[in-house]
Amino acid sequence: MKLWRKPLDSDKIKIIRGEIHIIKDRCKGCSFCVEYCPKEVLEMSEEFNAKGYHPPYVKKPDDCVECHLCEMLCPEFSIFVTVKKEDEKPVTVASGEEQT
Amino acid sequence: MAEQKTTTGVVKPEIPEADVIHPMENLLRMDRMPHIWCSSCGIGIAVTAFTAALEKAKMDPNMVSIVSGIGCTGRVAGYVKLDSFHTTHGRPIAFGTGIRVANPNIKVVVFSGDGDLIAIGGNHFIHAARRNIDMLVVCVNNFIYAMTGGQVAPTTPLAAYATTSPYGCVEPPFNIPYLAESSGAVYVARWTALHVRRLTNSLAEALQKKGFSVVEVISPCAMYYSRINRLGDGLDMMRFYHDNVEIRHGEDTKNLDIGFQTKIICGKFVDRERPTYMERYSQWLTEVKGAKK
Amino acid sequence: MKTDPKGVLTGSHELSGNHACAEGAFAAGCRFLGCYPIVPALEISQRFLERAPAVGATFIQMEDEVSVLAAVLGASWTGKRSMTVTSGPGLSLMMEHLGLGVMLETPCVIVDVQMVGPGLGIPTRPSQGDMMQSRWGSHGDYEIVALAPSSPQEMFDFMIKAFNFSERYRIPVAVMSDEYVAHLVERVVIPPADAIELVPRRYYKGRKDNYLPFKRDKDFVPPMVDIGKGYRFHVTGLTHDNRGYPIMFEECQEYNVHPLVRKIRHFADEIVEVQESNLDDAEVILVSYGATSRAARKAMEEARKSGIKVGSLKLVTVWPFPEKRVAELAKRVKAFVVPEMNFGQIVLEVERCSYGAANVFFIPHGEKGVEYTEDIQAVIKRAVQEKNIKDGVIECVSKGV
Repeated sequence: MKLWRKPLDSDKIKIIRGEIHIIKDRCKGCSFCVEYCPKEVLEMSEEFNAKGYHPPYVKKPDDCVECHLCEMLCPEFSIFVTVKKEDEKPVTVASGEEQT
Repeated sequence: MAEQKTTTGVVKPEIPEADVIHPMENLLRMDRMPHIWCSSCGIGIAVTAFTAALEKAKMDPNMVSIVSGIGCTGRVAGYVKLDSFHTTHGRPIAFGTGIRVANPNIKVVVFSGDGDLIAIGGNHFIHAARRNIDMLVVCVNNFIYAMTGGQVAPTTPLAAYATTSPYGCVEPPFNIPYLAESSGAVYVARWTALHVRRLTNSLAEALQKKGFSVVEVISPCAMYYSRINRLGDGLDMMRFYHDNVEIRHGEDTKNLDIGFQTKIICGKFVDRERPTYMERYSQWLTEVKGAKK
Repeated sequence: MKTDPKGVLTGSHELSGNHACAEGAFAAGCRFLGCYPIVPALEISQRFLERAPAVGATFIQMEDEVSVLAAVLGASWTGKRSMTVTSGPGLSLMMEHLGLGVMLETPCVIVDVQMVGPGLGIPTRPSQGDMMQSRWGSHGDYEIVALAPSSPQEMFDFMIKAFNFSERYRIPVAVMSDEYVAHLVERVVIPPADAIELVPRRYYKGRKDNYLPFKRDKDFVPPMVDIGKGYRFHVTGLTHDNRGYPIMFEECQEYNVHPLVRKIRHFADEIVEVQESNLDDAEVILVSYGATSRAARKAMEEARKSGIKVGSLKLVTVWPFPEKRVAELAKRVKAFVVPEMNFGQIVLEVERCSYGAANVFFIPHGEKGVEYTEDIQAVIKRAVQEKNIKDGVIECVSKGV
């Protein structure tokens, strides 16, 4: 995301990060979660599950913002999101310098 | 993991791979997963939205009873962990009416498909709406009889193909919100499976609403409707909804007809107050009892 | 369990069969009625609705008979004793949910005031044409309990019996009245509430998360729970396992459907009830049920006066059929005479259970047969004179047809 300027309170705001859990054997490979993830965190994998479908995998685990859209759109109840634990390294808004 | 072939014992619930449990674990029968719906079917999304709505509306799950009929959507009752009934084809509204009238503390949710509720159960649908029985009807509309193999449903758009309309459907379809409103429903909304968050909000609102509420959920049917009509897979249907859905709250329900691959109007169309059957009944009862004294 | 005194109209009353039916239902603790107007059964629902506020019962008039029985099944799962009343064409529509009621093992009572059929028939005339339908009408295998009252007093008593059977065995029970009994006004003695014994519903008492809706007790009957008590159970009309989940294997018939049949067949001796008179020395036995048993009784008394040894076997429970008793009697009598207000239904059962040991005469008895008994007399005489045992049912002509 390109920002016009670095927000003044950017060091105070913590963006909640999510952790995605995929119950692979329940997946039927519809790829709704991959298509509609706003941060493009997920991607279909090459591996097969027990049913012979390709389940998704988490391509960019650090980008998940815990919006739960994949969880809501999953018709198989096979993907869900939890809040990433606090003790992990807090991720802040990408600064302007990094973008350029 | 397939359901074990057993007729006597309890099958041990499938343990998810993750060490944390699914947030809907307490409202779904996880020992029955995976469910029978095809890949990219929208019914699972409607169930997710419904369970989320139950929590959002802060309903006591012990006091909610879910009744389903026959068909793909008819299997919903079997996957939701409430007092759930899987009844005969088209009769879940009648069954639910009995529950609600006999015990007015129970919130009845009828979760069924378009063929079940509008074709064989059409009479029960309009009469429950007329009486204003306090129940939520979730009608998952996939435009076709899917479980039996893709026959024409009362919601199949004109000219759409089905196994029993090999030259295109010649019957004009029902406009479910219009039917519901004119029969007396107090809350009518329509969403597609893509609009999960709006659908969840709408279901939560309808759950708290007193009276006969109808929420129509347009759902992709990749296996029959899309395949027979060559509309691609479930994802293509979702993309179609994304491009062709127009949200117009409060739209006159007359204008909500759905044609074959035409624009779909979604939103909350009706939200009004009418005395429910039980309100009228108890009022009548106090009058009679008062008169006798 | 004693009944709730609120519904019992203790005393001696002049009641029609239909009114006695409503009173019997209240006395049996029935608190929910689903109804749809149909001619010979009208007065039952009218009386029920009039008295409902005082008794604390609820009712609903649904849009058709299909939904009526669906609503009754739903109401029964909330813990209320529920019933419906109907007549021939309505019973035909109810067959769908009779099957569902059997499969969900839901207690309820269906009162069928029989009228002349088939099709639209004659709604204001009596018949006994629904006897086989009540037993075989729904698809698939099932067993049912059906009672046939012959007077308003029996109508009252049998309602209590019917509710007791339905709760004891968790099945829909049919009370096969007819237009004649429905509109016959007679003295009905309603006992005090503490003299009416009810079978309580069998409830599951255990941990909530351990409840299995179809885990059968030793007597094949699973205990029940009510909606809204936190058990969060699932039941399905599909063939299911003991969790109530659908199963689609070959063994499911054995596992699920067989107990539905077995729970009645195994206890048939407890359920079956007949009223016998003059059987000890009888040469000919009149087998009858419902309204025709009134004519049969009169015919028996007249034949006895003229010296013919006639006995009477009146069926209280038509289903399950008293197979053993009929087979026993067949060995020692010459013939059975079966008057019915139809063209041969229960007579087929009598013929089957006599195993060729006795002649079976059948009188297709019109509606007027209830009043005059000459043709029964004539057939009794013929039955006594008949030397050889003939194959099948011997059909006689009745003037009453």
